[in-house]
Amino acid sequence: MMSSVPNVVPALPEIFLALAAMALLMLGVFQKTDEGDGEVRAFRLISRLGMISLVLVMMLVATVSGATLTTFGGMFVSDPFAVFFKVLIVLASLMALILSQDYLENQKIARFEYAILILLATLGMMMMVSAGNLLSLYMGLEMQSLSLYVIATFNRDDSRSTEAGLKYFVLGAVASGMLLYGISLVYGYAGTVDFMALGSMFKADTHVPLGLIIGIVFMLAGLSFKVSAVPFHMWTPDVYEGAPTPVTAFFSVGPKIAAMALFVRVMIEPFGDLFQHWQQIVVLISIASMLLGAFAAISQTNIKRMMAYSSIGHVGYAMIGLAAADEAGVRGILIYMAIYLFMNMGAFACILTMRRGDKMVENISDLAGMSKSHPLVAVALAIFMFSMSGIPPLAGFFSKLYIFYAAIESGLYALAIIGVLSSVVGAFYYIRIVKVVYFDDLTEPLDSPIGREVGGIILVSALFVLLFFVFPGTIVDGASAATAALFGG
Amino acid sequence: MTNFPLLSLLIFIPLVGAGFILAIRGEEEVVNRNARSVALWTSFAVFILSLLLWVNFDTTTADFQFQEQVKWMPAFDISYRVGVDGISMLFVLLTTLLTPICILASWKSVTERVKEYMIAFLIMETMMIGMFAALDLVVFYIFFEAVLIPMFLIIGVWGGKRRVYAAFKFFLYTLLGSVLMLLALLAMYHDAGTTDIPTLMNHTFPAGLQTWLWLAFFASFAVKVPMWPVHTWLPDAHVEAPTAGSVILAGVLLKFGGYGFLRFSLPMFPLASMDFTPLIFALSIIAVIYTSLVALAQTDMKKLIAYSSVAHMGFVTVGTFTMTVQGIEGAIYQMLSHGVVSAALFLVVGVVYDRIHSREIDAYGGLIHRMPAYGLIFMIFMLASVGLPGTGGFIGEFLILVGVFKVNTWVAAFTATGVILGAVYMLYLYRRVIFGELTKESLMKIGDLSRREMLVFAPLVLLVFWMGIYPSSFLDVMHVSVNNLLDQMETARAAAGVMTAGNP
Repeated sequence: MMSSVPNVVPALPEIFLALAAMALLMLGVFQKTDEGDGEVRAFRLISRLGMISLVLVMMLVATVSGATLTTFGGMFVSDPFAVFFKVLIVLASLMALILSQDYLENQKIARFEYAILILLATLGMMMMVSAGNLLSLYMGLEMQSLSLYVIATFNRDDSRSTEAGLKYFVLGAVASGMLLYGISLVYGYAGTVDFMALGSMFKADTHVPLGLIIGIVFMLAGLSFKVSAVPFHMWTPDVYEGAPTPVTAFFSVGPKIAAMALFVRVMIEPFGDLFQHWQQIVVLISIASMLLGAFAAISQTNIKRMMAYSSIGHVGYAMIGLAAADEAGVRGILIYMAIYLFMNMGAFACILTMRRGDKMVENISDLAGMSKSHPLVAVALAIFMFSMSGIPPLAGFFSKLYIFYAAIESGLYALAIIGVLSSVVGAFYYIRIVKVVYFDDLTEPLDSPIGREVGGIILVSALFVLLFFVFPGTIVDGASAATAALFGG
Repeated sequence: MTNFPLLSLLIFIPLVGAGFILAIRGEEEVVNRNARSVALWTSFAVFILSLLLWVNFDTTTADFQFQEQVKWMPAFDISYRVGVDGISMLFVLLTTLLTPICILASWKSVTERVKEYMIAFLIMETMMIGMFAALDLVVFYIFFEAVLIPMFLIIGVWGGKRRVYAAFKFFLYTLLGSVLMLLALLAMYHDAGTTDIPTLMNHTFPAGLQTWLWLAFFASFAVKVPMWPVHTWLPDAHVEAPTAGSVILAGVLLKFGGYGFLRFSLPMFPLASMDFTPLIFALSIIAVIYTSLVALAQTDMKKLIAYSSVAHMGFVTVGTFTMTVQGIEGAIYQMLSHGVVSAALFLVVGVVYDRIHSREIDAYGGLIHRMPAYGLIFMIFMLASVGLPGTGGFIGEFLILVGVFKVNTWVAAFTATGVILGAVYMLYLYRRVIFGELTKESLMKIGDLSRREMLVFAPLVLLVFWMGIYPSSFLDVMHVSVNNLLDQMETARAAAGVMTAGNP
């Protein structure tokens, strides 16, 4: 007999976050915003409280970690895999919120809804990685996406920002539609949307109806859009360029990590035994993403666009792990995402220091001579760029190491070779940033000093990337445990 | 002494020194002065410490000595393991010797961002020593590859006019080679289940896999050596790098490739090494003859020496792949003496470059009238580069030629032409720069070597003669290890022969 009240313990962090977001919304609404700097004060208050909530959520996530718990009739799963990603997601949101403070105030768009939208997006992402069922997956995804559409347009008087949001919305809706269509096909042919039930069905029966395969392909397309893998990447550069910079930082990390987690879970848990049917698609997506990420970034002059292509490339590398479709591959993805979080956040924090007067500047050439005007930021930026191009002993090297090991071990030699070669091409545009920062002469200095929050994020990320090689154990072990849980279940 | 972590100290003391320099604050003048002296004393201390390595080295065993092992990634059985044998020990010493010399040589010539410059050099020393001492594939790769970052910055920030182009070319060429090696390394781990280098040396890889692994490692080492036709980054990098950068590049970084062949290709992939020997011989002969001719046509002193490096490294690869005791010992010897001589030659060019700011050969002539001491120093290293008996260069070339002669007389004959061509371009260079009338206006006031410069050259002169007159002190160190290497290859070859005989 099932008890009439579901066990809420596994979902406690999510429930708390939902309540916190709603409470903060109420609190924000009743602040006096009409007088003087009331709006900014409300923004600060709600943002601080939002950060505190995220820290509390992190603690709650830690308390439910360790075991595999399911609830709500299997729709919600809290296993080490989910916990690993939830930690990353909450960390990403927290960093994004911290990064946004100064920026939003300077741009005169400091409104308290920002923090609440971030919290709601975080909630959606946490639900995504905990989904045990195609429908809860879709719910989480949509919750996240809707919040993100709004955040993308947060600078609503700026036409680029609204354009970015609109593009993101229209294309995102198409992708969601494809995903939903895929889900309905899978449901139609398999008769269930539960991951466990689907998984055991394919384990027993090797004959798969064609319609189901088509359903899986539609889902693949939808999910590829969310992680911005080629050929569903077109929105990425425009949205990254148009959205406010801290929002771009958030987009490039949080939703990407969550979508990657979702991607892995959907492909491995219910459809893991069908991998010969989808492996070639993932291989193709991976190769295309790596190559496009590498070559298209070369000609970019806007650093946010360049980072967009760079993120497409990184997704390509992470997808190698999915193409391997085994424990080593998934572990590689987990490690990749953890390192990617710090690398990318750090790089965007550096981009946030690019300011002259009241205006943010975004051209790569504006970084010229940064090593003279901001020596420490320049060092950090160089660290992030070398790390992204995968030069040891920086963290980015290790993320590639585990991914390529998975490829070699699964016999995907062609994929591995294309991967390393495109990483050399990628290295070109990463070290071009270093070149501009260090080799070019100072033309017009960027503003200093940089904000305290931004500086803090840069410092934390740079130390992580630089010193990862000293203590790789913690993250690698965590990733191993999380992967084992995914494959054991 | 057994538990004294000598190698780790050697590897990480420079890093500590770099940390100190980083912490220096204050006025630019003071910072520069302190950064210079901290860097010099750190590297000097490392050199003194590294002498302990030589003194305590046991020349009767081929085992790795001064070993240290710390678990690093236990889940993957990867550990930080270092140790040296007769092949790598001398390279560590070469590194520790050249670093303080480089720092001393850039005392006056580097005036901008001195702090960062010194930090880059110390970090580089860490990486280089670590590379030669690493006994784990992953650790090796990290050190091998990490050198790119400081070198890229040294060329790019403190280099000449086309520094950006040169730095990018250097970075991307080397990276392209090494990423393939990274894949090979992962495949080796997958096949053998360990990244421990001594274990891997006794592991027999399947013959088919060996071929691919060998090619992947070759891609990396050939760029580093550099072998024709992937040598083109070297002249650019050398020309644009600051003097000390060229010295380290020629003195130590080029040895990465030759060392890699000896440490990995020969012992781990003996069958593939046999198969590819003709390829190596062909490329090396082309390198020796072609680049010597190219060197002859150069108008830029640094470029000339850079091409001569390619030619000399051609000797090294020929010697390595003769797989004879003489050839391999000659190759190691040649690398060591080239490390000293080419480093010295770049310093020689640096001396006049600091004064006149031109590397063009035409800008000089008749220097003997104003700089007699300089002329003498230049002559010593020029003759050492040519391979005059009594200098280190002779021993290396002679041993290599003996080794090659035993294997293939034609290869020997072609390689030997390199000795003649080497004499031609070096003597031609020397004549144009040093002899003749002193007619150039800009040279009328040029001063002879300063005391600091004398100090820089003194140890190198000493070493060149020592290596030429009493080679045993170096050859004894490597002898047992080289024999062991050849025994290992012989065993592997015999085992493979049995395998093919057993499977008709």
